[in-house]
Amino acid sequence: MIRAIAILVGLGFTAAVVWAFGWGAAAVISQGYMVEPTAEHEFHQHPKAVSFSTDGPFGKWDLQQLQRGYQVYKEVCSACHSLEYVAFRDLVQLGYNEAEVKAAAAEWTVPSLDPVTGENTTRPGVPTDYFPSPHANAVMLAAAGNPPDLSLMTKARHDGSAYVYSLLTGYADQAGYKNEDGEVLLEEFPDAKTPTGLYFNPYFATLNFGMPPPLVVDGQVTYADGTEATIDQMAKDVSAFLIWTAEPTLVKQRQTGWWVLGFLIFATVLAWLAKKQVWAPVTPKRRKD
Amino acid sequence: MAATTGNAHPDALGPEGQPGEEGVRRRDFINIAAVATAGVGGAAMLVPLISQMAPSKDVLAQSTTELDISGIEPGMAIKAMFRKQPVFVRNLTTAEIDAAQAVPLGDLRDPQTLRERTKEGHGNILVTMGVCTHLGCVPLGTVEGENRGDFGGYFCPCHGSHYDTAGRVRKGPAPTNLEVPDYVFTNDTTIVIGQEAA
Amino acid sequence: MSFPWARQYEPKVAFMRYLDEKLPLPRLVYNATGAGYPVPRNLSYMWNFGSLAGFCLVLQIVTGIVLAMHYAPNGDIAFASTEHIMRDVNWGWLLRYAHANGASLFFVAIYLHIFRGFFYGSYKAPREMVWLLGVVIFLLLMATAFMGYVLPWGQMSFWASKVITGLFGAIPLVGEPLQIWLLGGYAPDNATLNRFFSLHYLLPFVIVGVVILHIWALHIPGSSNPTGVEVKGESDTVPFHPYYTAKDGFGLGVFLILYCVLTFFLPNALGHPDNYIPANPMATPAHIVPEWYFWPFYAILRAFTIDFILPAKLWGVLAMFSSILVWFFLPWLDKSPVRSGHFRPLFRKFFWFGLIPAMAVLFYCGGAPAEEPYVMLSQVATAYYFLHFLVILPLVSWFERPEPLPFSITEAVLGSDKKAVLQ
Repeated sequence: MIRAIAILVGLGFTAAVVWAFGWGAAAVISQGYMVEPTAEHEFHQHPKAVSFSTDGPFGKWDLQQLQRGYQVYKEVCSACHSLEYVAFRDLVQLGYNEAEVKAAAAEWTVPSLDPVTGENTTRPGVPTDYFPSPHANAVMLAAAGNPPDLSLMTKARHDGSAYVYSLLTGYADQAGYKNEDGEVLLEEFPDAKTPTGLYFNPYFATLNFGMPPPLVVDGQVTYADGTEATIDQMAKDVSAFLIWTAEPTLVKQRQTGWWVLGFLIFATVLAWLAKKQVWAPVTPKRRKD
Repeated sequence: MAATTGNAHPDALGPEGQPGEEGVRRRDFINIAAVATAGVGGAAMLVPLISQMAPSKDVLAQSTTELDISGIEPGMAIKAMFRKQPVFVRNLTTAEIDAAQAVPLGDLRDPQTLRERTKEGHGNILVTMGVCTHLGCVPLGTVEGENRGDFGGYFCPCHGSHYDTAGRVRKGPAPTNLEVPDYVFTNDTTIVIGQEAA
Repeated sequence: MSFPWARQYEPKVAFMRYLDEKLPLPRLVYNATGAGYPVPRNLSYMWNFGSLAGFCLVLQIVTGIVLAMHYAPNGDIAFASTEHIMRDVNWGWLLRYAHANGASLFFVAIYLHIFRGFFYGSYKAPREMVWLLGVVIFLLLMATAFMGYVLPWGQMSFWASKVITGLFGAIPLVGEPLQIWLLGGYAPDNATLNRFFSLHYLLPFVIVGVVILHIWALHIPGSSNPTGVEVKGESDTVPFHPYYTAKDGFGLGVFLILYCVLTFFLPNALGHPDNYIPANPMATPAHIVPEWYFWPFYAILRAFTIDFILPAKLWGVLAMFSSILVWFFLPWLDKSPVRSGHFRPLFRKFFWFGLIPAMAVLFYCGGAPAEEPYVMLSQVATAYYFLHFLVILPLVSWFERPEPLPFSITEAVLGSDKKAVLQ
């Protein structure tokens, strides 16, 4: 009885899904393609290959690079992008001492209330403050085009660090732009022409990006350590900085991991030997041939 | 992989049996070693579980309270907050200072001079935590009209501890004087509590 | 339940005798997992996954409780509190990643445990109750994991909760009021998040209760084994302790190595980057996908694209829930008197060349975008899935000619059994 009902139910589901399959197959055959070729599909670029000191299970922070990246964030990106989950006191992880952290915090102004009148005002930052947003409220943020917070950017995008680097160095002239197959974008998809107010960047998902190129000229930032600030260098440095803002414990995670892994391998070997030893009395002996 | 499925052939792998006393001791050793290692692993797992309850980095970060004391008249005190606890800032009158200095150190449960409890050049400003050192109540005496106890300082109503004009315990169950926190004068009218003297 | 030759609990230490007299807990442990519980001697490593799943349950509860000391279940600060855990709480990064990857590992163990059951006929009499309780545990686990994923209140958290609660709206008549009641509003918001936190904290303890029933029900007939032949005599069994405590200990070590590699070196490999974006009800992610362990069911849900008497959305919801509900009926769908797939040639073929590939396709397509060819592939795999359980298994159990079984476990292991009698 159960089997009879079961067979009916099974055939019911099968019929419904085969019906859907039929329509789908018919659509594919009549269209001549599986997925509709769009400008994004044909011309979107995957992130460039780039390496960072934190790559791989033995990765380490390059503190000099992180400090340079912080400088790029401060002088270029912070005009539009907040870093709300990072506090000034966290900068001690970049190799600054307590006095330098206090000085770094004081370079920023944070919102405050006048203690007497209660009016909105500002004051210099202290280490316990978090990086202030350049926008006073959500409405101003929207008016500025909704530039996203950068604290977690390298974790919030697939292959995030390479993505940020590629985006910053990937702005291109749309006129005559070709993909790897040699197809010219504007010839294949004239509708994909970049609207005014947007900027063409093949590393961005929809190809037309709201952010104007932030790194426009070599030497835009003068690095405190004297490193030459090419666009490529600045892009690498700020990407590395953003790896740190997203995951400040990254190197510590892996260092702890090696210890734990080593211990576990040792313990598992012991467990294996103990298991064999416990089972010896009932394990059939190998016949001597 | 150990071949212990139902279809195991008699040729299945197995270590040689090790009879005899020597063998028994060798056998036990590996078991003890395995269990002991597992125990160490288990104990190690406790470390993050216990440590996570300790104050987190944001709590530990040095926090300071900045106060403008220009509004405190002599004989008046204010109650402010420092690290989520009350702090008393009092502007001592000359009479109060004299009374404090007149007390012989031998009379004190927790001997300290008023000078030790104030800053050089600002001997009239007394900054103490507003937390009774007995069991943590907030003593009275900062507000006009409150009971200031038998010694003219602060009085804790919970169990009757009396503090003098220098915030030192004179009577009652409190074991030590009201705590003087780290603070500095950034100028004559501003103090920053929680900041250590340079 | 124990076999007549099971060892009796005989406490040697006076304190244990005293404790056992007042509250027979030591006796219970001895008889359930100690030397007093005879277990077939031929269990393979496929039998490790029950204890591994139990370990994962304890791990999730412990890490979950400490995380709850720092997490704030309010929509405005949930995401920030998770970042506070990652950055400021001592070892917070480890606790968070341990809990997130622990959930994944729990499902790895559970799926292997369930598929062991499928292949070896563990659901058959006399263990039907063990199986039914197990399916209940699986459903509770799915609910717990789903609600847990919502808690960080990232984009995927929010949109997953929107999709899944939206499914209830497909139920005719009562669907919409039911959906609003579940949400506590018209869309996932603070009300939803708070109740999900409460239930996410509660359900694991309900799971503990059902697991106790599950093990209790198992211990009535005792464990099955790879041959599917029931225990006949003392030579068929070994005491659980130390044989299977040792074997489970080793299995745990291997399992933990895999877990450690994930948690410390690849902590976000099984997650989705979009969940590091705070929830935004105004912007939908490009591709909404649940966590990997829900992918087969998500594929089944999305496979029904065209109305067929009933609306397509309703078919999808019914199929998704039915895909697990059919497991409840397995003991009565598969009536073959032979338990283990080792001795069922036709069953084996459909298992390895039918069910396993179909599940693999469903897993893969569930995580893929809802485009061709993934939709067509899921449709074929879904059709096979329902045919397998509801049509093929009943028919196979009717027509199949099984291979000859060994007389006993002892014969299977040693090649002969002195107790075997010529039939």
